Amino acid sequence: MRLIDYFTRKRVNSASIAKERLQVIVAHERNKRQQPDYLPQLQKDIMEVIRKYVDVDMENIDVQLDNNGSCAVLELNVTLPDSSDAA
Amino acid sequence: MAKIIVMTSGKGGVGKTTSSAAISSGLAMRGHKTVVIDFDIGLRNLDLVMNCERRVVYDFVNVINGEATLKQALIKDKRIENLFILPASQTRDKDALKKEGVEKVLDELAAEGFEYIICDSPAGIEHGAYMALYFADEAIVVANPEVSSVRDSDRILGILQSKSRKAEKGEHVEEHLLLTRYNPERVEKGEMLAVEDVQEILATKLLGVIPECESVLKASNQGVPVIHDKSSKAGLAYDDAVARLLGEEKEHRFLTAEHKGLFQRLFRRSA
Repeated sequence: MRLIDYFTRKRVNSASIAKERLQVIVAHERNKRQQPDYLPQLQKDIMEVIRKYVDVDMENIDVQLDNNGSCAVLELNVTLPDSSDAA
Repeated sequence: MAKIIVMTSGKGGVGKTTSSAAISSGLAMRGHKTVVIDFDIGLRNLDLVMNCERRVVYDFVNVINGEATLKQALIKDKRIENLFILPASQTRDKDALKKEGVEKVLDELAAEGFEYIICDSPAGIEHGAYMALYFADEAIVVANPEVSSVRDSDRILGILQSKSRKAEKGEHVEEHLLLTRYNPERVEKGEMLAVEDVQEILATKLLGVIPECESVLKASNQGVPVIHDKSSKAGLAYDDAVARLLGEEKEHRFLTAEHKGLFQRLFRRSA
């Protein structure tokens, strides 16, 4: 290592990296935990229906349940393939 | 009425048994009739930490199966009045603990006049851990300031909030966070999660912070719960935690690094 590097290198604060990573994973896992048990099955069934008409992958379908205070919103996102591919 | 407190963590090796021994001893020292139960079936260790490993005749599973009475299985602590240990069985049958059996023993302990029942949970989220937390009124989640421990603690908190008896009844288990092996020097250098960070992530009331301390290993070597060592930081931190558990207001100590002067640094070795 060059001497100049030694003096100019930044100290990596690994604790703040740990905190950020934990915040992300914990929020994600909590969200999953609060989902009702039927959600994965619902996602599969919806995919079957969509597949009758369009050829999409499982990854292109995203089902999420968000709680907004008193009401819950079921959000369904389907990314359709380009129309040129579909033909 | 007896209060059932589970000592849990998800992750292994974070200090559940050390903390169970210290906190149950602390409660008994303050005059409360306390029993500590080892739920780690097949990997019994609380007896060793509390120096009664050679006095185990009957165990928790024997009592559940009716092979021994509770009186025969309870081991009285030699140092403190009011403290009893119910050791785990060394059987390899993991399903030896049945919900009804555990409930029967807990009810019997309550009828015997125990004020505090501390359940030392095994690691993991399998049957044994579930049995240890199911009947809890309160939970002490033991965590280290380290990513895998914090993540597992969050999972355990989720299980407490959904799978415990209280949760099933629509009530809720009072949760406490006990942060162990805390090293303020490393926190200051940005190498370790700070207590505020862990609290922010887990959003759980802080019961205590136990500093990383040589006295903890010394204590387990000798089979004397570290809370007996009133000259050690860990011992004092556990004593504070017990006071808080009993409702006292205590300021958290040992959270900042000691800054050694030049003189101390030079003579560190001889000191």
